[in-house]
Amino acid sequence: MSYLRGFYLLTAAALLLPLVFPDNYYVTVVGVTAALHAILAVSLNLLMGYAGQISLGHAGFFGIGAYASAILTTRYGWNPWPAILAGLVLTGIIAFALARPILRLKGHYLAMATLGLGIIINIVLVQTGELTGGPDGLGGIPTLSLFGWNVNSDLRWYIVIVCVMLLVVWLALNIINSRSGRALRALHGSEVAAEMMGINTTATKTGVFVLAALIASLAGSLFAYQQSFVSPDSFSFFFSIELVTMVVLGGMASTYGAIMGAVILTFLPELLVVFEEYEVMIFGAILMLMMIFLPQGLFVGIQSLLRRVGRNRSELAGPDTGEPEESGRGAA
Amino acid sequence: MPSEPLLKIAELTSHYGPIQALHGISLEVNSGELVAIVGANGAGKTTLLLTLSGVQKASGGSISFDGTEITRMASHKIVQSGICHVPEGRQVFAPLEVEDNLKLGAYCFRDDKRRLSEELERIYQLFPILKERRKQPAGTLSGGQQQMLAIGRALLGRPRLLLLDEPSMGLAPLLVEEIFRVVRELNDSGVTVLLVEQNANAALGIADRGYVLETGRVILTANADELLADEAVRKAYLGH
Repeated sequence: MSYLRGFYLLTAAALLLPLVFPDNYYVTVVGVTAALHAILAVSLNLLMGYAGQISLGHAGFFGIGAYASAILTTRYGWNPWPAILAGLVLTGIIAFALARPILRLKGHYLAMATLGLGIIINIVLVQTGELTGGPDGLGGIPTLSLFGWNVNSDLRWYIVIVCVMLLVVWLALNIINSRSGRALRALHGSEVAAEMMGINTTATKTGVFVLAALIASLAGSLFAYQQSFVSPDSFSFFFSIELVTMVVLGGMASTYGAIMGAVILTFLPELLVVFEEYEVMIFGAILMLMMIFLPQGLFVGIQSLLRRVGRNRSELAGPDTGEPEESGRGAA
Repeated sequence: MPSEPLLKIAELTSHYGPIQALHGISLEVNSGELVAIVGANGAGKTTLLLTLSGVQKASGGSISFDGTEITRMASHKIVQSGICHVPEGRQVFAPLEVEDNLKLGAYCFRDDKRRLSEELERIYQLFPILKERRKQPAGTLSGGQQQMLAIGRALLGRPRLLLLDEPSMGLAPLLVEEIFRVVRELNDSGVTVLLVEQNANAALGIADRGYVLETGRVILTANADELLADEAVRKAYLGH
């Protein structure tokens, strides 16, 4: 399948990196965080980039997954695997129940509602201290183990999380190139026209919202086991904004763009340690500059730049085949 | 009348908030017919079609399609029952490829790839330009090509009733002629068509029967050639 070509490239790169640079901090530590962020960005991109439904509360579902696993394993002595599953079920129920009223809203109103949702989840995590440990967080979370293979080193976590990321990317690519993916993109274009195609727009929006939430929940559980400690800070409003920035930076409606955005925004703070205090400000500035100069995002922007260069070359060689190109509109 | 009409609308009303757009419209479309609805801006033509396809809610009256009541049915169910809508202003999915737009027309059918590609081929025969442009984003097509795409997309829904809303809007006269020729051909090949137009001359020229709408009411109905000859209609809608 041609749409999976990039995926094979990504797989090869992700699996070769630790072989070429074993025990490199930027690969097995920062790289894991980047992969985790990529999982979140790819899932948010399904909702935001493809279906055109903005969410400023994605970190909330990430948090539900993380805390479900943290609480069930430390306070109730569950095995980590069923705890992941329980987190998924809980997230699924919450997302499904909220999808209908929330997704009826559009544009700014949807942004406000999801923003509120994310903040509420964060407040609940802080306020239910006897269960969640409150602002101090919850430590001593056991690690995952696969048939006796304990995931207890940076390299092993790299393997697990990168494999999950590849799975999620593969899933996203397949969805986008399917009948349901076309329905998502149609929804983004015009809801009324999508209805006229026989698409059940409510069901489609609910479906993608729940799917994105489930993927975020899974990422949250993995995050909890990998860190062996969770605190509400990791699931705040600012992290939701960071995720949106990743999607926008890489390019809406591009899975590889979302990965690119996640990788860049994970490595940037590492490289700019001096600016740590101003991280949020820098993200804001990036977002603004992107909207002004590259509204299609880095990935799509670079792609069309390369295409333009290629076309100029072929124009020198042959007749003009250039079609008037309408730039994809950035979603509101 | 030999049998039940395919589409039967009775006393249909619809509101936008407190504003009433349809004031009790009754009309019928028989199987195989090409019926035109003509009228000025704001007569309720588009609202009527949107109400038929369930996008706009009816506030009263009834719509029955092939003997089934569809007045309050969800719009995606109505499409499944065989009413396909070519919306006003075409509403193609601009960033999507032409072929993806067409495939979306067949969204209701989960059948094998072969049937889909056969049906795509049929649309490409009808509109060869779409085949040439099939990998291009629909937004890069010209207005006329987008109209062809919108019609082709609706045809992939295997309509038993095709709703066409202002297909001539914003098109050059030559293209209007081309589009109307295709609509006539489609009807000859057995598709029942309900056509809404401000361009009354062209619409009545290809239709079997016509309805004249004014401020949400049917004020006149007759065979198309009779309407074309009617002095009052000529004055009001044909401009001569």
